[in-house]
Amino acid sequence: MSANTQISKATTHTKLSEMLLQINDLKKAYLQPDGEVLPILDIPSYKVDKGEPVVLIGRSGGGKTTFLHSVAGITTVDSGQILFDSNPIQKLPEEARDRFRADNIGYVYQTFNLLSPFTALENVLLGMTFSKGKTDKEYANWLLDRVGLSHRLTHKPDALSVGEQQRVAVARALANKPKLLLADEPTANIDQANQQSIIDLIRETCNENDVALIMVTHSMEVADQFDRVDKLDDINELAQAVTGGTHA
Amino acid sequence: MNLWNIAYRSVKQRRLASILTSISMALGVTLVVAVLTISGVVKTSFETSTSLGYNMVVGAKGGALQLTMNSVFYLSEPIENIPYEYYLEFLPLEPRQAAYENSHVYRAVAQQNELRELVVSTTAATGGLASSLAQELLNDQLDQQLEQALPWKRQGKFSGFTGLVIPLCLGDYFGSFRVMGTTPDLFNELKYGPQADREYTFAEGRNFVTHSEEYGFYEAVIGASVAREMNLTLGAEIQPSHGAQSGDVHATAFTVVGILDSTGTPNDRGVFINMEGFYLMDDHAKPVDQEEDFQGVEVNKTAPSGLTLENREITSMLLLTASPIFAPSLENTINESNTAQAVFPIKEITVMFDSFVDPARDLLLVITILVCLVSAVSILVSIYNTMSERRKEIAILRSLGARRNTVMFIIMIESFILSAFGGIFGFICGHGLITLGSDAIEGRTGISIGFFDFAPPLGMNPDTIMGSVSPELMIIPGMIILSVVAGILPALSAYRTDVSQSL
Repeated sequence: MSANTQISKATTHTKLSEMLLQINDLKKAYLQPDGEVLPILDIPSYKVDKGEPVVLIGRSGGGKTTFLHSVAGITTVDSGQILFDSNPIQKLPEEARDRFRADNIGYVYQTFNLLSPFTALENVLLGMTFSKGKTDKEYANWLLDRVGLSHRLTHKPDALSVGEQQRVAVARALANKPKLLLADEPTANIDQANQQSIIDLIRETCNENDVALIMVTHSMEVADQFDRVDKLDDINELAQAVTGGTHA
Repeated sequence: MNLWNIAYRSVKQRRLASILTSISMALGVTLVVAVLTISGVVKTSFETSTSLGYNMVVGAKGGALQLTMNSVFYLSEPIENIPYEYYLEFLPLEPRQAAYENSHVYRAVAQQNELRELVVSTTAATGGLASSLAQELLNDQLDQQLEQALPWKRQGKFSGFTGLVIPLCLGDYFGSFRVMGTTPDLFNELKYGPQADREYTFAEGRNFVTHSEEYGFYEAVIGASVAREMNLTLGAEIQPSHGAQSGDVHATAFTVVGILDSTGTPNDRGVFINMEGFYLMDDHAKPVDQEEDFQGVEVNKTAPSGLTLENREITSMLLLTASPIFAPSLENTINESNTAQAVFPIKEITVMFDSFVDPARDLLLVITILVCLVSAVSILVSIYNTMSERRKEIAILRSLGARRNTVMFIIMIESFILSAFGGIFGFICGHGLITLGSDAIEGRTGISIGFFDFAPPLGMNPDTIMGSVSPELMIIPGMIILSVVAGILPALSAYRTDVSQSL
């Protein structure tokens, strides 16, 4: 763990707590092809404060991505409540959830998910295209400069290294000035040398912009750098049942 | 970044597929432009051809369409000839009388009349009943001879209904072009154009005359296409071939004294020679029946060509009635006779168009519409095939906050871009091709087409949209709309993309 990381850990989330995300009795199940219902999430309670960085760890298939999708409004939940800034988003119709996501959520994916026809700058601009604010090219330039890619503005994803691609993805996730950044194993596809710099970048930019962070990771080395580390198995009662029961 | 830019970049990303799809669309539009323009040219040419300044064609009994084809369009083979005397019935008294005075029959009857007067004066000297009986007998005989020799009694029975009549003598060729023996009235008196108000003008030279000191009876005028294709200039000599393109070449040469401006009428493809000269060519003057009967009969040798009435016959005549209301009854009267038939060329041409040209055009339009549909389907298939590989791209856009309607709209914009690009490219190609062929089209039809000339309206009634707006302005945007509509299917596929499964 680098010295820089230690300093970061010491300085994160010192502001007054104010709740951003509150989840109550969230339940989500999938219907399998054979018609059987597969429960995946049962979260009685979960909270994240504004600007708070949280690491969420859990085993594969434990419902981490479903959890993030539910928070982002990408997928609907079966029951329960997701309050974002005190607004229940689970009740919103799909179009309103799209607007909510465009205005409030930034998303960094394991596989970057950059759009190949567009340059780095255009990918960042796309991050703000669907939000209510106007497209701000200067801000997009600033973000790319912030992630160290001011010299790669016009490069398309194919011409960027994986580390650079994830930097662009981080810049894009912040382009709509979200209140919450969701990062789904952002370093899983990145070489060892670049992993730490991506983690630093995400944490620092979130901190600078007062953006709450929920980062899903398998890496304990990454998790150790954050004050708050939640285990999905601890908050998901289904996982507890599995862990303590048949799958233990 | 706006949605148009997103759609354009997506199209650009699949450059090859996009270009091929657009080319498919462009080919469709090119075909549409070509069909509509050619259809318009045919229609305009038809309107020009049927506005030649006459309303009736009179010729030998036979097929009405054949008579129209050979007398109006100078196509097909002439049916038969009709007597020159029949033509004279359409002329005023003076030229009619002059023509008859230069006939063997007229002279023979006149000589008999002189003989009769001699006999009468001789018998009168003897006096008595025998004299008056002989006189009465001779008068009756003379009347019978006149009745037999001049069946129409030189009445000019159609002259009162005739505004203008122009005789045509067909049968010879110059290269692939028809040679018409006619009178200078064809270009001096006849007018053409949609309103039949345009006078024939000469790019070079002048109209031919019946007789000139320089060239005698052997002057010719040629149409613009003939001059161009045969590379003829003023002063060139033309020797028609007899009866067919491969027929014997006449020894008689006609000198080109005039080259017509392009008119868009069949006259552009005609060689017009003085009718007197036509008769003077070998085998053209009709042999006089029972010529031995006229031995000793002296005809008027001061007639321009030295020909008598009996030597002449014509193939047909172009007739403009003095008033349109005379046309139906005149046609009826002529057709009731055994000598000739009268046809309304516009009626025959309309029948021909209805029978052949319109169905051909309709078939082409149907093919064109099918091509348009294929183009639209190709756009549909092209975009639809990419949808499976684009689900992730769509899901990413959705995860960034794009609504379902937004991604659907982006796909439809892509469809529009492909079809609009294809449409514009096709328009340029179509009009470019037409422009490249404009010289040939003008040469054949006299209709000049520039790059920005749209196909004329399809309908005849200018009060309707089909009669007032170029079909290009309806069909090309229609094709683009059709293609955009075709884009709905892949757009719906994008609309239904499951974001959480596709990310």
